[in-house]
Amino acid sequence: MRIKSWAALCTILTGCAVQGQVNVQAFVGAKIIPIAGSEIERGTLIVSGDRILTVGPVDAVAIPAGANRIDVSGKVLMPGLVDTHNHIGGIGGADSSAPIQPEIRIYDSLNVLDSGFRRAVAGGLTTLNIMPGSGHLLSGQTVYVKLRGGKSVEDLMIRDADGKPMGGLKMANGTNSIREKPFPGTRGKSAALVREKFIKAVEYRDKVAAAKGDAEKIPARDLGLEALVEVLEGKRIVHHHTHRHDDIMTVLRFAKEFNFRVVLHHVSEGWKVADEIAKAGVPCSIIVVDSPGGKLEAVNLVFKTGAVLEKAGVRVAYHTDDWITDSRFFFRSAALGVRAGMSRAGALKALTLAGAEMMDLGGRIGSLEPGKDADFVVLSGDPLSTYSKVEQTWVEGKKVFDRSDPKDHLHAVGGYGAGNDQTPYLCCAEQEEAAE
Amino acid sequence: MNNPLRAAGLGWAASTSVFLFVIILTCADAFAQIAVRGRRVHTMAGVSIENGVVVVRDGKIAAVGLATQVTIPEGFRILDAAVVTPGLIDAHSTVGLTGIFNQPHDSDQIERSAPIQPELRAIDAYNAREPLIEWVRGFGVTTLHTGHAPGELISGQTIIVKTAGDSVEAALVKDAAAVAATLGPQAMKQEKGQSPGTRGKQLAMLREQIVKAEEYQQKLQKAEPDKKPDRDLKLETLGRVLKGELPLMVTAQRAQDISGVLRLAKEFNFKVWLDGAAESYLLINEIKASGFPVIAHPPMMRAFGELENASFETAAKLKKAGISVALQSGYESYVPKTRVVLFEAAVAAANGLSFEEALGLITLDAARILGIADRVGSIEAGKNADLALFDGDPFEYTTHCTGTIVNGNLVSDKPN
Repeated sequence: MRIKSWAALCTILTGCAVQGQVNVQAFVGAKIIPIAGSEIERGTLIVSGDRILTVGPVDAVAIPAGANRIDVSGKVLMPGLVDTHNHIGGIGGADSSAPIQPEIRIYDSLNVLDSGFRRAVAGGLTTLNIMPGSGHLLSGQTVYVKLRGGKSVEDLMIRDADGKPMGGLKMANGTNSIREKPFPGTRGKSAALVREKFIKAVEYRDKVAAAKGDAEKIPARDLGLEALVEVLEGKRIVHHHTHRHDDIMTVLRFAKEFNFRVVLHHVSEGWKVADEIAKAGVPCSIIVVDSPGGKLEAVNLVFKTGAVLEKAGVRVAYHTDDWITDSRFFFRSAALGVRAGMSRAGALKALTLAGAEMMDLGGRIGSLEPGKDADFVVLSGDPLSTYSKVEQTWVEGKKVFDRSDPKDHLHAVGGYGAGNDQTPYLCCAEQEEAAE
Repeated sequence: MNNPLRAAGLGWAASTSVFLFVIILTCADAFAQIAVRGRRVHTMAGVSIENGVVVVRDGKIAAVGLATQVTIPEGFRILDAAVVTPGLIDAHSTVGLTGIFNQPHDSDQIERSAPIQPELRAIDAYNAREPLIEWVRGFGVTTLHTGHAPGELISGQTIIVKTAGDSVEAALVKDAAAVAATLGPQAMKQEKGQSPGTRGKQLAMLREQIVKAEEYQQKLQKAEPDKKPDRDLKLETLGRVLKGELPLMVTAQRAQDISGVLRLAKEFNFKVWLDGAAESYLLINEIKASGFPVIAHPPMMRAFGELENASFETAAKLKKAGISVALQSGYESYVPKTRVVLFEAAVAAANGLSFEEALGLITLDAARILGIADRVGSIEAGKNADLALFDGDPFEYTTHCTGTIVNGNLVSDKPN
């Protein structure tokens, strides 16, 4: 594990016994929506270094001596948003040579200076699952990042206890991955190709196990199958693009067959098979867009998906799918969910803790609780209101966006010079254009 | 002569009176008599009314005013709403030519066979039963300016329709509203040897066609009847632009492309609607001097490519400078297949405009630019009874449009 500062080391080694050396900040007076627990009308959030020390009502939280007191009266403070499905950074995952490419690591293609990252913090996003596209059955490994700022993807990576960068595996079914050869031409063929690959991974895993470290018997190293073995062992979550109800059922069938952990993404027709999804215990990361259609399998995409899934007992998160929806409008997704009957608490959780849990990060981020990372946003008003603005975004105790700074304001509202460094990824738009 | 009653042997008087009776019945059926009570009524003609009533008779607004002053006639169906606005106007859409499936069979918004085809008429391509029309209607949209999409140098004509009616004829407000043109990369050909491939070539090709249209007009006027040139629909249509009968609606996002439009319009003296205009905030003075209105891109349109410098504040900046501005849903080649002007105006309201200023972008300002303000765009006696009913602030995402009235008929009452 890389230790960035003595302050961080202090926090880890001593639990901050020597708090005097750590930057302690007290955010006082805001309405606090901690996600874990009910909303606090006038609260205080104490941040020590990069972690949350305390959160509670103003009159119940003592501000430590020497703390930097920041008055946020009249504002709304809540956890930084967690986006389980995002494509910013000029990414390029699997290429057109094959439909299944688990060896691709999306972090090898990220331009972290891309203006998409500036727009993301302007929208209050602090944690992203950056994924390759959906034009493949399996387009590569995803990466979980924190929007800390920085000049290389290493600065942004979220690492596990062993110091390994965390991420999932991107898969897709339905029409996006049905293309000309060598891609499949039908759903049946799509499923057959995936099954074949997973069986190879099972055999690879068993051969490695049977070799018991014997260099003579161990199979030649296969980086793609290694990633799939991580999936089979439950160490890597499959993030699966799927729209139509029958495609959703196909994913559930695979997850059962090979016993892997999966998050369903988009799930446009999830409202048709909500009970089946609930029974399988599989969480859903969903999207809302301004109108249904645009492609055949999104014709039944509706605002009520979140509400229907919530009522069926499915864990629900929202995602931006940025560039499909702009990260600056992520709060709007939850508001449209509430419009169609989702609970306020469920919708706000779907922007934060629910997504964190779908990335195995529920213990570190997604709610304002002592010991969690100090990732939060300061809003001018209610999170579900059109008129509210993200005024500040904080990641691990550091301010990464301030609307009052003209440079940040430019990316928050747009204007000359707000443009991108690289052509963005937009799955299948070119295909659809070509089909016209 | 074709009267079936007469053919059946009934006398003149009998057949006429029965005929009139049928007409009266038909009217009563077509035009529900409605009164809408709103806790707030934004008429867009003067200040908004607290506790107002709008009386709708025979498809027209009969009266509007304070509930204490306007009497609701007996037998009228009463609808209640928190907020009542004029029916919303989408100043530029492709819905009806664009379809929900985004497949060849429902995608008629762009014809790729040639870069200049002003002769393509939107009325020949509009599908009045397209599901996306019902979708936008569910948010209070009652009027669409729709037609051929951006993407070719001149892609075709546009029309204005109401969002109700089973055929284009039933929905039609105005045939040939504008001729749609595009400047910039969106209308450039990538293939080697194909034109236009550059901005210089785009302007050169437009000039060439305009000059041809001028010459064609001159020949038409001068020639002896038997020496008249063969009819040319392309040049005829461009002739209507040059005569000022139709505006050229030019989609131009970059400042340099907007400058190109202004230059061309000055050179040949025709009327322009600036469309999209993502970088128009850089050319406020030039646009104001031209007198041309701006149908601005949807604020939520993806900020990349030639829209990479798009701003949520564009409409506010233009409006504050005194430029006529409206908002559009625009054209999307992928998902979402259409945007909703209600949501786009909401973003404008949150970024520099007052509530009523933002509402104006999708009601009266849009009507004025489109030249239909005598019929729609505000709640005034005598205008078409196009209304949108909401259960709260229309711009809040959590508010529902609880009713949409087009020409006096409640055509949508299931909130999206």
